[in-house]
Amino acid sequence: MTDTQLPPDAPIAVKDPSRLSLALQSDFIYTFKRSPVAMISFAVVTIMVLAAIFAPLVAPYNPFDPASLNLMNGFSRPMTPNAFTGDTFWLGTDDQGRDVFSTILYGMRISLFVGAAAVLFAMILGITLGMLAGYVGGWTETIIMRVADVQLTFPAILVAMLIFGIAKGITPVEYRDQMAIWVLIIAIGLSDWVQFARVVRGATLVEKNKEYVQAARLIGRTSPAIMLRHILPNVLGPVLVIATISLALAIIAEATLSFLGVGAPPTQPSLGTLIRIGQGFLFSGEWWILLFPAATLLALALSVNLLGDWLRDALNPRLR
Amino acid sequence: MLAFVIQRVAQSALVLLVVGLVAFSMFRFVGDPIDNMLGQERTQADIDRLRTQLGLDQPFPVQYVKFLGNAVQGNFGISYRQGRPVSDILMERAPATLELAAVSGFLAIFIGIGLGVFTAIRREGFAANAIMSLSLIGVSLPTFLIGILLIYLFSVELGWLPSFGRGDTVRVGGWSTGFLTASGLKALILPSITLGLYQMTLIMRLVRSEMLEVLRQDYIRFARARGLRERAVNFRHALKNTLVPVITVTGLQLGSIIAFAIITETVFQWPGVGLLFINAIQFVDIPVMAAYLMLISVMFVGINLIVDLLYFSIDPRLRADRTKAH
Repeated sequence: MTDTQLPPDAPIAVKDPSRLSLALQSDFIYTFKRSPVAMISFAVVTIMVLAAIFAPLVAPYNPFDPASLNLMNGFSRPMTPNAFTGDTFWLGTDDQGRDVFSTILYGMRISLFVGAAAVLFAMILGITLGMLAGYVGGWTETIIMRVADVQLTFPAILVAMLIFGIAKGITPVEYRDQMAIWVLIIAIGLSDWVQFARVVRGATLVEKNKEYVQAARLIGRTSPAIMLRHILPNVLGPVLVIATISLALAIIAEATLSFLGVGAPPTQPSLGTLIRIGQGFLFSGEWWILLFPAATLLALALSVNLLGDWLRDALNPRLR
Repeated sequence: MLAFVIQRVAQSALVLLVVGLVAFSMFRFVGDPIDNMLGQERTQADIDRLRTQLGLDQPFPVQYVKFLGNAVQGNFGISYRQGRPVSDILMERAPATLELAAVSGFLAIFIGIGLGVFTAIRREGFAANAIMSLSLIGVSLPTFLIGILLIYLFSVELGWLPSFGRGDTVRVGGWSTGFLTASGLKALILPSITLGLYQMTLIMRLVRSEMLEVLRQDYIRFARARGLRERAVNFRHALKNTLVPVITVTGLQLGSIIAFAIITETVFQWPGVGLLFINAIQFVDIPVMAAYLMLISVMFVGINLIVDLLYFSIDPRLRADRTKAH
């Protein structure tokens, strides 16, 4: 007998596979590798998000720096040297000589930011209210779900417009342009929370009767702790799927509102604002001012959508 | 049956009351109407006179009851921006929107159901597959982009159709219609396609999947075995049974058509209620916003109610279940 011998009940040391390698071997990654649509749309979204985040570095010009603008460059056609200055712009310029490519990068930044922030807001609100409704029940549930039902009667875009209009009325005139982005986020977020609340409530109703929740209650954990630490992780799967699909819808909603002139102001143009501006030049033949922002919006919304579809199938095979 | 109807009507009334409260709160708390209506050069006397005229000097509950009473009678106050009664403006604008919505709804329902049946019957055909792929694009394109693309193609490049407005309209009684003039009809084409396309693809896909489901059932096979003609099987037996979900979705979509008319009307500068609403938001014209909100709620709640009741009367199973349950 030596000192190094292990006691009989010692655990056998097998090196646990690392979390990363486990993740790489999962079905999730496997289906991802097998789906060209998912990979392409993921690549497109990644490139666009990176380009938007690093817009000041990627963009050849700063469209919001008046010093860098040259009115002589106005209405340059894509890929053709300007008649006066000889400068070439990939995607052409608008009436004030702003590089369309750069404005799209900055516009995408605002579109993505508003979309993501709105979905995040809707998610937090929806999860909180949905879980409260599911866990607490009673009057709380009735009130929350009735409000949700009423809101669901109306199309989200209409609700967002209305909230935007009311918020615009409340904010003083001199702050309206500055606040517009935040108002937009709140408006789109408030128009979209119902989806999350409904799903989370449904999942919470199922989870709260399971044994682990009863066990947690038995050992004296408080309700907020049970909701946050025990139930929340178990209802996040479907939430993630809705969030992706909501992101595509939020981006389109933002573009629509901005296009209608009740969203991002011309001083902070999003893709929708750019399309609104571009529509004015359609009849005079400057199609590129409209076409490129529109194509960008379409590519962005479509890839996020496809990614969301794939995610739904991958995370929930039953729905297929 | 009666209990169900009463319950649904009561629910609808409650929703409308809540919406009324929202609309009224907008009036009361958003911005200062006096500020909005009077220009820079106003005197205290002007302000006081307008305040009394609008009833803003009275207590909150009195104003709310008054507001509801007025709203029921179709009196929504005076537009801050145009200085005219909102109901007059709405009446003026309503025909444009209703005609547009009617044509779009018509297109969506008939073409949608037709294409849905077609793609379900000729499932393997090239045309059906092409239509299905095209419909995917139709679903993912935002409405306003569809409108712009159509304008670019048919107005700018080809020059066939007008890109904005209603064309010439004829007044029939209090209703201005674009159905009776050539230019009015031409002006309707692009906006109604833009507005109806999304609903059309939706209805088409729904009809298709329902049809495929039904065509697999035994009674269809039996109908074929009895030697009924293909047409009778497809339309009399199969289509009829797909209609329940289709009616629900279509009904709910009709409400969306009115709401999405806002976008289409802006793209085509169509002088309807939606364009009025967008302009009202831009200029914070609260009475117009509130009136639009109330009107559209009545419409939505009404449509929901009708769909529920229709659903009930079309599907005998629902009735049977309910009577057993009670």
